[in-house]
This record gives sequence, structure tokens and C-alpha cells, in this order.
Amino acid sequence: MVGSNRLSSRLVLLYLPLALFTIFLLFPFYWMLIISLKPNNLLLNMKINPLYLTQFTLDHYRYLLSNTDFPRWALNTAIVTFGATFLSLTSSILMGYALGRFRFRGGNVAGTAIFLAYLIPPTLLFIPLSQVVARFGLYNTYWALIFTYPTFLIPFASWLLMGYFRTIPRELEECAMIDGASRFQAMWRIILPLALPGVLSAGIFSFTLSWNEFLYALVFMGSGEMKTIPVGTVSDLIRADLFQWGPLMAAAMLGSVPVAIAYMFFVDQYVSGLTAGAVKG
Amino acid sequence: MAQVIYDHVTKRFDGVIAVNDLTLEVKDGEFLVLVGPSGCGKTTALRCLAGLEEVSSGDIIIGDRVVTHIPPKDRDIAMVFQNYALYPHMTVYENMAFGLKLRKMPKQEIDRRVKEVAEMLGIQDLLNRKPRQLSGGQRQRVALGRAIVREPQVFLMDEPLSNLDAKLRVQTRGELIKLQRRLGVTTIYVTHDQVEAMTMGHRIAVMNQGVLQQLDTPENLYDHPANLFVATFIGSPAMNIFPARVVTGEGAVRLVAGDVTLESPAEQRGRLAEYANREVLVGIRPEDLIVQPGQVGEDRHLRLPVEIVEPLGSETLVHLRGPVGTLIAKADPHVHFSPGELASVRVKIEHLHAFDPQTELALF
Repeated sequence: MVGSNRLSSRLVLLYLPLALFTIFLLFPFYWMLIISLKPNNLLLNMKINPLYLTQFTLDHYRYLLSNTDFPRWALNTAIVTFGATFLSLTSSILMGYALGRFRFRGGNVAGTAIFLAYLIPPTLLFIPLSQVVARFGLYNTYWALIFTYPTFLIPFASWLLMGYFRTIPRELEECAMIDGASRFQAMWRIILPLALPGVLSAGIFSFTLSWNEFLYALVFMGSGEMKTIPVGTVSDLIRADLFQWGPLMAAAMLGSVPVAIAYMFFVDQYVSGLTAGAVKG
Repeated sequence: MAQVIYDHVTKRFDGVIAVNDLTLEVKDGEFLVLVGPSGCGKTTALRCLAGLEEVSSGDIIIGDRVVTHIPPKDRDIAMVFQNYALYPHMTVYENMAFGLKLRKMPKQEIDRRVKEVAEMLGIQDLLNRKPRQLSGGQRQRVALGRAIVREPQVFLMDEPLSNLDAKLRVQTRGELIKLQRRLGVTTIYVTHDQVEAMTMGHRIAVMNQGVLQQLDTPENLYDHPANLFVATFIGSPAMNIFPARVVTGEGAVRLVAGDVTLESPAEQRGRLAEYANREVLVGIRPEDLIVQPGQVGEDRHLRLPVEIVEPLGSETLVHLRGPVGTLIAKADPHVHFSPGELASVRVKIEHLHAFDPQTELALF
């Protein structure tokens, strides 16, 4: 549109709403950050403005890392997250490919059934699952979560990937198969590199959900040293009605760092489409 | 290099018959064009040969090997797709080398072959580019190069020129013909464009509704179509078709359409006499109607009013109000016709075609 590039109109139409939105979204992080850095005596002091720091301390972080099991929780969370993400991603790639590419009897029914499974709330599913976990003797082991997280990760990830695989022209792998590739080679060397944005999206989705998951972690792996960050934070840093706000917020900060890093690294891949130029267009 | 045989091949999709009992033999080194309207089964037939579709019944033979149940990768064929299907994450070089690498060919040999073919196609400067950095014509060449570099027994081409603009298409068509004659590789080429079919193929297989209609050289297909479908599909503008009654008597056989009477070609009298007092479908190609403006010429010429005049530059198409429907005639572009006037038309009787109205098979 003529004139719409003028600075003033861009300011009102673009930057101002963006700025407001950004402030709205980032405020909780800011709040977490300043509380985690405030000395205890100022935390509940109503006489000073709570929105900025007058004094600053790393005591809460020090306390969190040395006086609690936080490092162990972080390790537990990482093991479970990577395990569950890897398992879910592998299964979802294979399932998404099969559902997206092959026409077979019951294919559509299977696809719908998998999606319906996603709609069962974890708050119901954990009851039968706890029986399964107990019978297999997995209670309070990493496997308890690595095997149960895929129940909500695979349905979504495989649907996402199924849609992505369908956007990749079928001729590409047909051509590869005529060129001498087996179906698996065609998938591995042609389709998967092109589906990378989809795979990364599914990976980040799985990573984030596993990292933040609370209910299953509490029920299946909630005792002793085996806690994850969300469970450990709540069970050890809230003593009855006493909230240790400083360490709580420090734990929340440290806990959200890996997710933020995961997003930052892959955001370009996440957004970009790689299929340009494959076929005419 | 090898011959290709379709032996009673049928392909069904959920009850729809895409290819119906196709039997076809492609000779070693031949350029065979499969042509037909969309949905006629030509692409399915090609995909069956590639191994991308499993045949429902029948056998496919490449060389002296029955490949009916052999996966595509082991059929030793190369295919050029309509949309080129270049691997977008690989450079031109990698695209061309892909098939060779899968066959574990030594690096130097791959390099030699890719460069040789690239030079042949004039794409040696593009080897480090990605497909998205190429124009349509360049992509088409890379797709072709990727097939050639494999040195397969058979080339399969699925409308490889249809995404090019008109000028480039004509140019590439010529290059493709030269290339195929030079490499001598058996080629099966699918197109819906009858001009491509006529100009490129040693022989043409015309398909309709999954059934092979006729397999012949371009000349024979044009001059001796086997049935009504082939007669009207090949040739542009299409052959004029109109019903006429066969009338015998006084030692002559005549074709009567409306108020027009045509003498039967002398050598076809016997064949036509079988249809005495019945209708046949008469066909005449636009160039076999000789038109002149005005009422010139001999008495036996037809006088038909001109409806529309289409000057195409190299020729002029004259639409005439015939005894039954419109007739289209090709005329000298330098002769002027005006709509509404009468034109004098001479029918080249010796080039008449006639078809049985029920079976639509050619009588002659």
C-alpha cells in the first residue's frame, strides 16, 4: 500500500502492539528474575516498589544448588526428557511416514484412533498407567517416565509429522527409488532431510512438554532422589504454607533455561521451509 | 539397452480399471510415445513399468528379464518426472551423482560421468547450484542429466516438457530427439500433446480409457487411423466427421449427406457396398478439403457458405457450413475469405475415411 511504510504509521500499527505484547509475555520472566535476585529481607517489604531491584544477591541460587537436591533433579529431568523425546520422535517419524505415505486398510482409522488417544486427559490416564508401571516394576525409575510420556507425545508428534510428510512431493522419493534407493534409504536420505523443520518442531514440542511435565513425574517418580525439577521444586521448596520464594523463583529460572535454549537454537529451522525448488514453482 | 514388453498388463485401482489388458512391445533403442487424453491410463502404464505401481495382472519384461515383481531400484531404468523431482537439499552435482553413489560406484567414475553428461547438456556451470537457484529450463536439463548419467536400459519420461514455456518446449523437443537418437537408449515417453507425439516418436501408442487404440508410426497413425478415436485425436484441427448414407446403384457407390453426394473412392466401393442403405461416419482431414472463395471451379465442386475465418499466419482455417454440421478446411493464407460468402470446395475423394457407426472401427 502506498504510504503505509511511513515511520509513524509503522510505529502505531506494528511496533506499539508488538511492544505491548512482548511486555505482557515477558513480565512473568522478569518477575521470576527479580524475585530470585532479591535479598530475603526485601521480598515481603511492601514499602518499596516491588517492580525493580534495589539490592541484589545470588544467595537463592547458591542455596538452591548447594542446600537442595536441585542438581540431581536437573539431571533426572534431562535424562527423562531426552529419553522420552528420542523415543517419541523415532516412533512418530515412522508412524507419521506410514500414515502420511501409505494407503492401507485401516490407515485412516488408525490415524484417528491415535489422535483420540491424545484427547484422554493425563489426570484420568495416570490411574491405569500407574498399575502398568507398578506391574512392570518400573516405579521410581527413569523408565517409568520415559515410557509414559510418549502416551501424550507420540499422538501429537506423529500427526504433526504426518502433515509435514504429506507436503513433500511424492515424486521425490519415487525418483529416489528408481535411482536405486530402497524405501528406507529414500526416506532417510531424501524425505527426512526435507522434513527437518517438521521433525524439529515435533522435537521441541516433545522436549518442552517432557521437561515441564508434573503429574506423571509426581506419581511415578516422585520419591527421594528421583524427583524432576517441577516435582522437586514444589515438594522441597514449599514447606506446608511456607513458600521459599527466592529459591522457588531461582529454580524456575534455571528450569526454563534449557527450553529457552532449545527454542533459540532451532528457531530458524523451525520457521524455514526447505522444500523450495524441489518441483516447479 | 533393451526391449520392453507389456504382456496383457491390467491395473485396477479400487475397482476402476486404469490400464486394461495392455500388450505392447517396444523395440531396443526405440523412442515410443504413449499418448492419449488425461485419464487414459498412459501415466499409470508408465508407472507400472517403473515399478511404482504393482500390476493387477499380466507381466512386464525389460530386456530378457521379467520385472513384474522386482522393486524399482533393481529395474535399471531412469525416469524424468513432469515436475522434475529434483532433490532440493542437494546441489546439481549431488542430484546427478545420487543414483551412482547408491550403486557404490568409485568416486572418480562418478565424477567423470557427471561432468561428461553435464557438458553434453550445457549445465557444467550449474553443478554447485541448488535446484531452487535454477530456471525451469535448467531444472529440466538437470532432471534429464540425472537420468542420462545412470546409463540405464530404459528411459521413462512423464510429460517432461509440459512445464516449459512454448518456445523452450519446441527447442527442448528437438534436443531431446537428437539426444535419444545419439544415445540409442530405449525411451518411453508419455504425453497428452499429439504434436509432441507426432514429432518425437518412432512409433506412437494411442490410449483411451485404459485401452490401447493403435500402435503405429506417426505417418500411418495419421493416414490410416484404426478407429474414430485415433482419427479425431491425432491431427489439429481434428478430422471432420459427419454421417452419410451409402447409396448403391447404376454401378456406382455414393455417400449422401444432406444435399451433398460424394462418389466413393474407387478402390473402396466393395467395402462400402456392404453398408448399402445404411449410415457410415465419413472422415476428411481439413487439408483434404480444397477451398477457393467464390463459385469458381468445376460443377462437381461443392458450394458451401463460409462461417468463420481463422487466419493463423502459415495457413488459414475456414469454417464451412456443411450439409451436416461444420466442416473445417485448411486454406492458403494468401487467399481472402469472407464470412457469409460462398466458397467452392473440392473433396480429395482418395483421402476419405469411413467408420462403422456402431464399432467406430475404420472401414478405410
